[in-house]
Amino acid sequence: MKKTPLYEKHIQLNGKIIDFGGWALPVEYTGIIPEHEAVRTKAGLFDVSHMGEILVTGEDAETFLQRVLTNDISVLKDNQIAYTTMCRPDGGIIDDFLVYKYSNVEYLLVVNAANTEKDFNWLEENILEDVKVEDISAKYALLALQGPLAQNILQKTTPADLNEIEFYRFKDIKIGDIETMVSRTGYTGEDGFELYFAAEKAEEMWELLLSAGKDEGLIPAGLGARDTLRFEASLPLYGNELNENITPLEAGLGFCVKLNKDNFIGKEALAKQKEEGLKRKIIGFEMIDRGIPRSNYEIFAEGEKIGYVTTGSYSPTLKKNLGLALIDSDYTKIGTEIEVLVRKKSLKAKVIKKPFYSKKYKK
Amino acid sequence: MKLLEELKYVETHEWVRVEGNKAYIGITDYAQDKLGDVVYVEVPEIGTVVEAGDQFVVLESVKAASDVYAPISGTVVEVNEELEDNPALINESPYDAWIVAIDMSMPTEVDDLLSAEEYKELCE
Repeated sequence: MKKTPLYEKHIQLNGKIIDFGGWALPVEYTGIIPEHEAVRTKAGLFDVSHMGEILVTGEDAETFLQRVLTNDISVLKDNQIAYTTMCRPDGGIIDDFLVYKYSNVEYLLVVNAANTEKDFNWLEENILEDVKVEDISAKYALLALQGPLAQNILQKTTPADLNEIEFYRFKDIKIGDIETMVSRTGYTGEDGFELYFAAEKAEEMWELLLSAGKDEGLIPAGLGARDTLRFEASLPLYGNELNENITPLEAGLGFCVKLNKDNFIGKEALAKQKEEGLKRKIIGFEMIDRGIPRSNYEIFAEGEKIGYVTTGSYSPTLKKNLGLALIDSDYTKIGTEIEVLVRKKSLKAKVIKKPFYSKKYKK
Repeated sequence: MKLLEELKYVETHEWVRVEGNKAYIGITDYAQDKLGDVVYVEVPEIGTVVEAGDQFVVLESVKAASDVYAPISGTVVEVNEELEDNPALINESPYDAWIVAIDMSMPTEVDDLLSAEEYKELCE
């Protein structure tokens, strides 16, 4: 398994290490629930150094990205970020990620770890002259400091005014003595920051942040809490809600498919799907009967299979058993009763509004 | 890892406390630690007949569902209702948090279970 530069820290902190797409990462330290609660009420620190970073540079970088991504990045200002999908010609999602714009000749894509190589190859296959793509993942460590107290904590470590970094913006500043790219982004539904810096500074940064946040109740948080937090905020996870057989429209990501921009890969298929109407969609549901839905459990209505669970969990914040599912559009109206097959038993559930947890972003 | 001398154990990480012809069954400290926070316990109905080795209880942690196997054959005669509202008892106090009690049909099966010492070796 691959190790992040913080592997030794995770071991020291008694992190339970699991294999996450080939990476040895902690699923939890003290427990998913206490870590989840810390992020919702105070703050949590996540090592997400496994994420892939792909640098795109060159005179035609913007033209190139406009062509391979579904979102319109031409509207971005320097130091602004966009969430986007990258699709196949048939509209299937290759990956979903953030695009950081330094300038119209330099962009950073922060991609799902397990998709880094696939993304890189896809970009290379579709490359334009005068554009260069580089996988620089190994050079950077990435920490996510998330929670309502994240800004208070981070502010103690830097003279830069963090109020100047707005939602989905980033800035190169110093955290302690470490040159860091700080963005106001995250994957938890809370306010917070993501910090990119040289991999060899990882332990120093980890210690610096944990000690800065000690009085505020900052604790390290693992992949388990990262998943329950993003799930409550109904943020999709590649491999669960998203894959190459699902389009961004079906996944509810229409906001990052800009059909009015010039030709891009997947445009034709997505425009056609939109015009014809969606046959299936990702919805949120709540269990009525007792039981916890899990990924790939089948969903039925009126005796017919209508889809499957993409993510299911007990929700630590709402204290309910909830799920996201990809189902037939005929059953997606809020309040519709559906049945989830849990260990051969058919359990009642109903379609509810998502996100389950209203995001507390600072905008 | 905490172990109680007076209990019997199974390699699949259940413990058994014998009282007369009844066997109270829970999961070990080792198992609860591996599982993480338990948030839901699915138990068989009272009267269910089980054979040693049958999967008969499901424990759901935040992350996943895990099977619990009957260490002993017999009929389920009691379930711990306290766990319905407070499944976290399994994490807080695994040897008090019995899950089901079985009226044993083959009490000699107890002799095949592991002692605390034997179970400890297995976990190392």
